[in-house]
Amino acid sequence: MSSSAHHIEIDDSLAGKILANCGISVERCYQCGKCSAGCPLAETEMDFPPSVVLRMLQTRIPQMDDKILRSKSIWICLTCEMCIARCPMEVDIPVIMDFLRQESFQNEKTNPEMKNVIAFHKSFLEIVKSTGRLHEVGLIKNYKLKTFNLLQDVMLAPKMFSKGKLHLLPEKIKDLSVLQRIFKKTLDKK
Amino acid sequence: MKLGIYPGCSLTGSAREYFESVEALAKFFGIELQQISDWNCCGATAAHNLNKKLSLALPARILAAAERDNLHELVVPCAACYSRLSVTQHELRHNISLRNEIQEIIEAKYNASGTILNVIQMINLYFLENLEKKIVKPLKNKVACYYGCLLVRPEKVLHFDRVENPQSMEKILTLLGATPINWAMKTECCGAGLSVSKTDVVAKLSAKILEDAVSRGAEAIIVACPMCHANLDMRRPEIEKAMGKSCKIPVLYLTQAIGLAVGIDEKTLGLHRHFIPVDLPKN
Repeated sequence: MSSSAHHIEIDDSLAGKILANCGISVERCYQCGKCSAGCPLAETEMDFPPSVVLRMLQTRIPQMDDKILRSKSIWICLTCEMCIARCPMEVDIPVIMDFLRQESFQNEKTNPEMKNVIAFHKSFLEIVKSTGRLHEVGLIKNYKLKTFNLLQDVMLAPKMFSKGKLHLLPEKIKDLSVLQRIFKKTLDKK
Repeated sequence: MKLGIYPGCSLTGSAREYFESVEALAKFFGIELQQISDWNCCGATAAHNLNKKLSLALPARILAAAERDNLHELVVPCAACYSRLSVTQHELRHNISLRNEIQEIIEAKYNASGTILNVIQMINLYFLENLEKKIVKPLKNKVACYYGCLLVRPEKVLHFDRVENPQSMEKILTLLGATPINWAMKTECCGAGLSVSKTDVVAKLSAKILEDAVSRGAEAIIVACPMCHANLDMRRPEIEKAMGKSCKIPVLYLTQAIGLAVGIDEKTLGLHRHFIPVDLPKN
């Protein structure tokens, strides 16, 4: 069989971009399904289990690519790395998932049901950008303002505070300006 | 003997007792821990989910500062930070053009040198030799050693222990006098990355872990990750709801378990900061 029969090439499909950006060939997957069997969320939370995402990528059909970028699976994935630990072909699914999330985020195709997950990530990084470190109170405040889940974890905070686990004020790093330039050159780059 | 330490954000806040117990043990075994100057957050799950270069730049700034401070051996007790720092070092060690780009982003020189140690590696290298003779209160309990995901995976980056059936914590706990159980969930994920945004999912995953440990007779769970601890300890009401029953098994950091066995007092080890009281059955 010639290599073109396997479609191992760099093109505009997600599979092509994954090969160009991550050096991973999705064609290596032969659909054994071990990743889906070991994934803690495939059965209950994902719309497409990891092995199905791989199969969809292999088709290189634009409609399939679109479904992947709009899926819940890519955002519910915890990066626990069980899939790559078990994959007989060492297809680095966690790296692929990171790439797919970024494509989905940059192209504004994120699944509406996953808005809280993304709001959490954004809230987290906003706090890091403004202080250099994570500040739990600020994170939760930011997240609540984004999601209107105002009552969530109201019982947790006082107990954490009484156990000495919450700082009310953030700790700022000294060289905040370089950190803000790091964000400007990466996440906030237009 | 001096080691560098990157505490990370959790260890200064929600996982204070982990830091307290790491520091107490280091002092006990005569190791000086020096924090990296002006360290920042590693970016955790949020950064690698949204932007690859940010997810490399944040850890690279930390590691570059460690190089400037001449801290060639760096202890990273938080498993999530350990994973992010190790992945960054690995990637920038092997990809020179990416390293150059990241150096420009962080406006600092970074050679991708030095050694990153997780807490178990630090214990094995620097405490283990003298540990046995220092034990005054053996832990005579059945324990479940819980590694979670980030201590052992990805294997090709970390080269630490077996990916699904690691043994390094069991060896230490056996030395302390405890009996580690054989169980199925030791490297399953507790769901930490979704703790706030999908609490119901996390409760289900964590419930499976506690259920298995308890059903096999464990009297305590031993962890080496602040995310696992926060979930299994502070999220217990949600986990109990998912289990449909009460579950009071305590969750201890590995460093607290060692501290107890060598006779460091509970307050110094921060045991009072746990939500689930640490009442180990006297066997």
